[in-house]
Amino acid sequence: MNRFDTAFQQPGRKSFIPFFTLGDPTRAESMRLIRAAVDAGADAVELGFPFSDPVTDGPINQRSMRRSLSSGMTYNGCVEMIREIRALYPDLPIGLLLYCNLLFKRGERAYAEFAEIGVDAVVCSDLPLEESGRHCELLGAHDVGCIQMIAPNTPTERAARLIDRSSAFTYVISRFGTTGPSVRFEDDAVHRVARLRELSDKPLVVGFGISRKEHVADFWNAGADGVIVGSYFSLLVERNLDDLGVARKEIDEFVRAARS
Amino acid sequence: MFTQVDLRTRFGERGYGGLYSSESLVAVLEEVETAFLKARADDAFMDKFRDVLRSFAGRATPVMYAERLSERYGRRIFLKREDLLHGGAHKTNSTIGQLLLAKYMGKTRIIAETGAGQHGVATAMTGAKLGLPVEVYMGAVDIERQQTNVKRMELFGAQVHPVTNGGATLKDAINEAMRDWITNVGSTYHCFGTAAGPYPYPSMVKFFQSVIGNESRAQMVEMTGAMPSAVFACIGGGSNAIGMFSAFEDDPDVLLFGAEPAGASEDPDRHAATLTRGTPGVFHGMHSLFLQNSEGQITNTHSIAAGLDYPGVGPELAAMQDSGRATFEAVSDEETVNVFAELSELEGIIPAFESAHALALALRKADELDPEATILVCVSGRGDKDLEEYWNYRGI
Repeated sequence: MNRFDTAFQQPGRKSFIPFFTLGDPTRAESMRLIRAAVDAGADAVELGFPFSDPVTDGPINQRSMRRSLSSGMTYNGCVEMIREIRALYPDLPIGLLLYCNLLFKRGERAYAEFAEIGVDAVVCSDLPLEESGRHCELLGAHDVGCIQMIAPNTPTERAARLIDRSSAFTYVISRFGTTGPSVRFEDDAVHRVARLRELSDKPLVVGFGISRKEHVADFWNAGADGVIVGSYFSLLVERNLDDLGVARKEIDEFVRAARS
Repeated sequence: MFTQVDLRTRFGERGYGGLYSSESLVAVLEEVETAFLKARADDAFMDKFRDVLRSFAGRATPVMYAERLSERYGRRIFLKREDLLHGGAHKTNSTIGQLLLAKYMGKTRIIAETGAGQHGVATAMTGAKLGLPVEVYMGAVDIERQQTNVKRMELFGAQVHPVTNGGATLKDAINEAMRDWITNVGSTYHCFGTAAGPYPYPSMVKFFQSVIGNESRAQMVEMTGAMPSAVFACIGGGSNAIGMFSAFEDDPDVLLFGAEPAGASEDPDRHAATLTRGTPGVFHGMHSLFLQNSEGQITNTHSIAAGLDYPGVGPELAAMQDSGRATFEAVSDEETVNVFAELSELEGIIPAFESAHALALALRKADELDPEATILVCVSGRGDKDLEEYWNYRGI
């Protein structure tokens, strides 16, 4: 069974899912940051392969990916990191975020590799439903979950189709724009999640802009099964490059506070 | 005057093209497609488009027989003078079409990206004419080398946003424009500068730029009694090329050639020759050819012609290379600069560095063509913007 299914089926428990760019700022430090979040109680992780031109992401994650690439991180390096994380945490649900071109270049062997290293689900932020047929087919063939994204302007009928095509979970983009911390959300963002919740009982996970534990609670209360916090953690890394112990501590505190 | 296009076409056996973008843009791209199809069939829209092209942009542009150049190279060489279009480059054809479409859609804000500044200038100028506010993303490196164009955009009332990410050139400016669009989808129209990106842009921009080819075809027949033997255009994203080629693509006797930037010949890594040295990938909304490493990381590029300094290319051109319908070769900065000077001296025309690539390839190929051949070169823009760079390159 997909580890995300197990996580989302725990009665009364919502999932807190941190996002990290693999290799930011270096492989070793990235591993320590991810471990800090998981050891603090994260229910799953979403891991990003660094890409040179991450258009769906905002400047904070772009700089995070740039740091990772500059430190020498490669596709194979990401694969090896995931293998290591899987060995450390056999039951941890692991989702991946990749830009389409990385998958395109890796070719179809990427999917067997995901299964082999224990990846549970994959999202490709520049691969919309119309272009994702073969991608979903290959994920299915290797029993890896397929994550489709829903945007604020996605019509209801299309949203239902996207949820239907997702396995593991559907990624609900909280607001217009790229990734990056928000100070506050419009009420409609939360209401929209509640409306989507009425469409299906399949897992919904909200991401983009979530940077405070109150945001986490708001989306959980609106019916989301999980939330993803990404750019905010990338920002903590960026602010504390001289002493990443501070970043780890803040991430630990955030995860514990959100989970409490 | 315009070539019919199928917006959802996948190009060639490899299926170039497509729509690879964030889910936030899918609905907007479909909105653009629907509006374009409606506008194209709307006589009032098309009449307005033709009228603005004529009265504001100065169409039709002439085809000129380049007498002294022809004498030197022993072939009859004709120049399609898009440099005489208002704004100084072919970009105006598409900005008029796209901004009229934006108005038709009820959009109130225009964003664009620019490399050399020509598309930015054309968008800003057209925005001023049509009363639409324009914001332009431009790489910091390009801002540095195209100061005059930055000032022109500002004079037209546009806001220019410097982009410092990545190589700080066209690719990075496109990234920022796409991010802006994802954030402001309701009010904003993204006026894309070339026949690339997600559908419907490659075909829609081709439609707006097909006026170049259709005029040229008629003018050549009128001047010589026949179609040209060979047609040359420069390729960055490829909008002037696909616009020019559109009128001849179904005539196999007309040879089609595209010139892309080989960049700094002393450094083989500094170029932007996507068609001849790129590999298939998926980026900026399309499946096409890109300059990238073996893992799919997009590489930074170089060309003395800022408008060609892009690691991708329009998907239809990539398919034309595969099918052999068009031939593409790379031209170095040095060859470009030499031809820039040569055309200035021989014909009294200062071509844009971009256009000098096309002419350089035409002159390279002239010997291989039949002595009776007629050569048509698209002078896509004028080179006033490149004078500083020319003097820098020459060390003057």
